[in-house]
Amino acid sequence: MTPPMPQNTSDLSAADLRTSASRRAWSAGARWAFALAALVTVLVSALIIWTVASGAWTFISQVAWGNLTEIGWFPRRGLFDLSTLLVNSVQISVIAMLVAVPSGFGAAIYLSEYAHPKVRKVMKPTLELLASVPSVVLGVFAISFITPSILTNFFDDINFFNKLAAGIAVGLLVIPLIASIAEDALRAVPVALREASSGLGARKVTTSIRVVLPAAMSGLMAAIIVGFSRAIGETMVVTIASGGGDTSLFNLSLTESGGTITSAMAALGLGTDQVAGNNLAFQSLYFLGALLFAITLVLNMAGDVIVRRLQNKY
Amino acid sequence: MSVLTTPAGIATGAADALRRRPGADVAGSAFKWLLIGATVFATGFLAVLLAVMIVDGWEVLSGNLWHFLTHGFSQRSAAEAGVWQGILGSLQVALVTGLFAVPTGVATAIYLVEYAQGSRFARIVELNIRNLAGVPSIVYGLLGLAVFVQTIDGFTKGKTVIAGGMTLAAMVLPIVVITSVEALKAVPDSLREAAYGVGATKWEVLSRQVLPAALSTILTGTVLALARALGEAAPLILVGAATGFMSFGDANVLETFTGPYTALPVLIFNFARQPGADWGVNAAAASVIILVLVLAVNGLAIYLRNRFERQW
Amino acid sequence: MNPEKALMTDEPAAPDILAPSESPAHTRIDVSAVAAMAGQRADTETVFECGDINVYYGDFRALRDVTLNIAAHEVTAFIGPSGCGKTTFLRCFNRMNDLIEGARVDGAINYHGVNLYQDEVDPVEVRRRVGMVFQKPNPFPKSIYDNIAYGPRLAGVKRSALDDVVEGSLTRAALWDEVKDRLKMSAYGLSGGQQQRLCIARAIAVQPDVVLMDEPCSALDPIATGRIEELIAELKTEYTIIIVTHNMQQAARISDMTAFFSVQANEMGQRTGLLVEYAPTSLIFTNPDDPRTEAYITGRVG
Repeated sequence: MTPPMPQNTSDLSAADLRTSASRRAWSAGARWAFALAALVTVLVSALIIWTVASGAWTFISQVAWGNLTEIGWFPRRGLFDLSTLLVNSVQISVIAMLVAVPSGFGAAIYLSEYAHPKVRKVMKPTLELLASVPSVVLGVFAISFITPSILTNFFDDINFFNKLAAGIAVGLLVIPLIASIAEDALRAVPVALREASSGLGARKVTTSIRVVLPAAMSGLMAAIIVGFSRAIGETMVVTIASGGGDTSLFNLSLTESGGTITSAMAALGLGTDQVAGNNLAFQSLYFLGALLFAITLVLNMAGDVIVRRLQNKY
Repeated sequence: MSVLTTPAGIATGAADALRRRPGADVAGSAFKWLLIGATVFATGFLAVLLAVMIVDGWEVLSGNLWHFLTHGFSQRSAAEAGVWQGILGSLQVALVTGLFAVPTGVATAIYLVEYAQGSRFARIVELNIRNLAGVPSIVYGLLGLAVFVQTIDGFTKGKTVIAGGMTLAAMVLPIVVITSVEALKAVPDSLREAAYGVGATKWEVLSRQVLPAALSTILTGTVLALARALGEAAPLILVGAATGFMSFGDANVLETFTGPYTALPVLIFNFARQPGADWGVNAAAASVIILVLVLAVNGLAIYLRNRFERQW
Repeated sequence: MNPEKALMTDEPAAPDILAPSESPAHTRIDVSAVAAMAGQRADTETVFECGDINVYYGDFRALRDVTLNIAAHEVTAFIGPSGCGKTTFLRCFNRMNDLIEGARVDGAINYHGVNLYQDEVDPVEVRRRVGMVFQKPNPFPKSIYDNIAYGPRLAGVKRSALDDVVEGSLTRAALWDEVKDRLKMSAYGLSGGQQQRLCIARAIAVQPDVVLMDEPCSALDPIATGRIEELIAELKTEYTIIIVTHNMQQAARISDMTAFFSVQANEMGQRTGLLVEYAPTSLIFTNPDDPRTEAYITGRVG
């Protein structure tokens, strides 16, 4: 084996300092390939916006405006009462938050402030695992357990399909998301603040409630907003447990069934072959998509801004 | 200001003053147990969920499992129906999803971290990715229906595995990008500098040093993304997975990619929609199967990540 | 309490890496001798008596066999190189180490004759009497007023009395004139030096007996440091102050007693802190007994 020798530099020219053409080509080509991929992600967004916007525009330009505020959502009869779907979506999402926020925040505070590191190490991945439970399964859970085994004990005349069970199941679904964002927010609060509070003779419960929670408030708000956005966009649980049919009459009762923006989309999607002829019903699918896209986009951006502000705070 | 004249004079009776008083921290204990309760609720429902599904689906799981796993859908009776087409369809869709999402996602991450960090274009792409991550899955179904099924049906042949896979690829793309970006950012600059220092080109630094170093984390993110795709039903409903309870007949494997298809979660949805308790048993049994599948894949990914977590 | 134990420190058991092994550790807290040298200490009340304090983090021993007494209304400084356990020791006096997972304190610290490390003692009560100021200013993300009022509110001070407590504490921390017009504004708007004085005001607002200060000036510029030092000199008339500092000039300027800590490594490379010398500040800086102290203060080691 020859030992490494210094290069002969007596007749060095600029050409010697050029990388070989093929190596340069590879490097340049790779750069463009990567840039192209990044462009594809932007293209996906653009296509989503173009799809929902153009479909929604077709719908808006053809629909009779009065039919947007009729008795309920009956797309094939040309009745598109938006308030029916919006109210149901909001009702179910609020129930979901009533389930998910207390338990999600509780779990987050426990993991961030109280749990032994070993417990934390086990629980964090468990939460991630929970986040992967398919939503269809929770839909089945709602109609096979939540309604028959629990809710019927409290409500005598509850419908087999009802918004309450759907809301609870959606809540279970978003717990891991909320717990995870909240836990990140709580852990971002500097230890120094907890020490300052303890040093003044505060007990742990006082420190948690009076110092840590207020300091993490913006992150906790973001958790609620992002969780709500996820709940609004959840489809399968609601379609299985509450909005079974493709029509629904306006009602405020939580023990009755009711379609949401998403379940109406799923129902229209299931029948796309049939509704394709009925142009307006088909286009309403895109209109609902545009509505849902706009709502969740605004919510997510708000959550994002808040999280970012939190990151810059300390 | 009389409150503040002297520091606590406790030279006498100090022992008493410092004593732990019973009940002094009742609120603290109550709070702690409340939190433990919340945590148990938040994580324990998975056990309840599994138990309920196992009990409800026991009839199929105990006696009929093999038949259930190896037979296709039957219109005639719940007892004859199986999930074979759903499992096969899900795996095929996941394969297509991976083929589209992983190269695009990883390449985007490489571009963001290694080439364009901080540039205007990179900031737009990052914002775009964050927003895509929050788009409800059913909206991706609309994208699939309008673009993949209708606009480019020459390539996808309409409502096929390919269209379904591309739709889910668009949906999980943000997950792949975000985890890959984190993986690449975790590779220390010293490694890049060391490679440049011995005369490597950018492409060589990336392909021989940075990517291998980030590979395990990227892989984990990819597996998590595919697990998400495996459990997703809503977008597939819009791109046709539910419409056909087809039998594959004598189509060969390649042809099934451009034929009608279904997927396991969509099949569960179909079971759940059928009236009658026997279909409910099928829904529960299939739920157990998909839970085991998704939890196993996720558990594997999380295990791998914790295993290979590297301290630089 | 065992006076002999409290007043004498045994020689370190293991040979020290910084000094010849035959050299004994010089920890002079013989009260009469100290009083004679310092001239005024004989009648000083003792606040803390520490006997054979060992602190462990898990299996790792961070501090070994520290024995010393802290006198009332004096400023006691802990100095020494990084990792010598001086901060760890400081946090023993209000049981802050309890908050660190895996930390364990062996030995007794008698506070006015009561062992703080007995089961019946509630650490929360201890911390109300033994306040603490931290290395980096750590005001709560609340208003200036709420920062000061936080401790008194916990202690049950009535709403009507809070204004007085806030004004009194801020005045004593020499901050009142600077902030009296913006009490409702966020404490984060203050400069670093002001924030640290706010933290001092917050600590004394609960009327503690002792104030522990963990390198309170290390994050501050020289002017802010000067103001804090003046403040410490004023505060010692009412409070007993124990301060950890990296800055030897600071210890020399403000403290009455100085304890010098050092580090010793065992065969496994674990570095354990120990007390080398404890004496009136004037003696430590002019005529240290232990060659390790002399080496450190003259800048040859550390």
